Amino acid sequence: MSMFRMAGRIAAIGAAAGLVMAVGGLQAKPVTYKLPPDKSQFKPGPNLDLVKANCTGCHSADYVQTQPRGPKFGKDFWTAEVNKMIKVYGAPINADDIPKIVDYLAATYQ
Amino acid sequence: MIDRRSALQGGVALLASTSLLGKTTLAFAEETVTLPFGNGTRPLGKFPQKRTMIVQTSRPPQLETPFSVFNEGVITPNDAFFVRYHLAGIPLEIDPAKFTVEVKGKVDKPLKLSLADLKKMPSKTIVAVTQCSGNSRAFSDPRVAGGQSGNGAMGNARWKGVPLKAVLEKAGIQAGAKQVVFNGLDGPVMDTTPDFAKALDLDHARDGEVMLGYSMNGEDLPMLNGFPLRLVVPGYYGTYWVKHVNEITVIDKVYDNFWMKTAYRIPDNDCACVEPGTAPKATIPINRLNVRSFITSVMDGQKLKSGNVTLKGIAFDGGTGIKQVDVSTDGGKTWKAADLGKDLGKYSFREWTLPVKLSAGVHELKVRATSNGGKVQPERAVFNPAGYMRNVIETTSVTVA
Repeated sequence: MSMFRMAGRIAAIGAAAGLVMAVGGLQAKPVTYKLPPDKSQFKPGPNLDLVKANCTGCHSADYVQTQPRGPKFGKDFWTAEVNKMIKVYGAPINADDIPKIVDYLAATYQ
Repeated sequence: MIDRRSALQGGVALLASTSLLGKTTLAFAEETVTLPFGNGTRPLGKFPQKRTMIVQTSRPPQLETPFSVFNEGVITPNDAFFVRYHLAGIPLEIDPAKFTVEVKGKVDKPLKLSLADLKKMPSKTIVAVTQCSGNSRAFSDPRVAGGQSGNGAMGNARWKGVPLKAVLEKAGIQAGAKQVVFNGLDGPVMDTTPDFAKALDLDHARDGEVMLGYSMNGEDLPMLNGFPLRLVVPGYYGTYWVKHVNEITVIDKVYDNFWMKTAYRIPDNDCACVEPGTAPKATIPINRLNVRSFITSVMDGQKLKSGNVTLKGIAFDGGTGIKQVDVSTDGGKTWKAADLGKDLGKYSFREWTLPVKLSAGVHELKVRATSNGGKVQPERAVFNPAGYMRNVIETTSVTVA
């Protein structure tokens, strides 16, 4: 359903919140809606632009921000997560960028 | 349980700032809620057709139901019902007049059915809980990666739709068919990401209870809950309740996409558990809900007056129904059977109530459900690597004065 995937790409850009329920008339009309903008942004940190470029196409920053914190959630944890994004979810992340992204994540979300 | 820290945090804070024109303007700081686990602060937010929800993630949306909603009644209102998408390519425009669901694969007669076609067929209504496999994951000890939900990634609704059995019979299942695959309009942003689709064994798919649901609590489904059609799989975790379902494919093998073969797997043993730090020897797809119960009428950390109070809550399981709910006001030393409320069916939340007398002091309230299938909630939480299926006996501490 490429038509709907396209809609998803537009959603990813983020738009003002709102729902348009077409009303009036006896026939059901298309239901359209807009998603609110992302509630969170990536925090400042090393390689922030690289992180934004590689991560925000598919998900908002809160996917990172809400993960558990503490000593067990350092570089090893974030390396596994970045590799999961590449191997499982097919994220087109250059191998050279992996350590830079991990550095940002481990330094910023401790 | 959500505790006092999770109450809406002091309304909204007013921030004063000076605009370029030199006039003082007022801006509202974002409202947040702090759930009772580490790194548990979340924004509250409004999404279309939803009341203020706990925003676990924005895109793709994962919205958690504020726990107080479960004390309003055993049916979870549509506008408070949790939302969980996996992939951000979600449909933003759906014309119910043009929407169709295809039935194909190992069938004699492939079908393309409109909503009107489905609504002409005999309907069925079931009250059923759907719960995220990872509901309560953030309470896992040790913590694990994934959506960090509190206890509000569950809900109970009255679903109306067409039994899938009737649709499959219309198409005619061919010999050798093994599973039925369900795909919806939502999908990945990038083509390299595995599309979200799930499968059920054929006999399950045609058990007469699994259905194509077009109505939720007497209304159209909210967009974010799968408008205009979602799979309803009573007793099963939410992962199977495919939203915006528009493609049903009968296959002659076991479906092996990422979402069945790798994700949403549980250890293949009685407790669906392993020791932390170890890997399961074998896994199976997650399936039926285990038995759970909650106190909804008081929150952890709440202060109560001494004397008589009626405790209230909910209990549910994966389809045998609730046999008994026991409540302890002394940390599990002694238990009393609660009164069960109206029975809305074996897949529904079941209300329970129990009048108790509380003396001054700190009380650890506990609630423990037993299913008709003989399963009892465990005293200690069991662990699995994905943080699925938490069902430990919940404890709610209150101070009585």
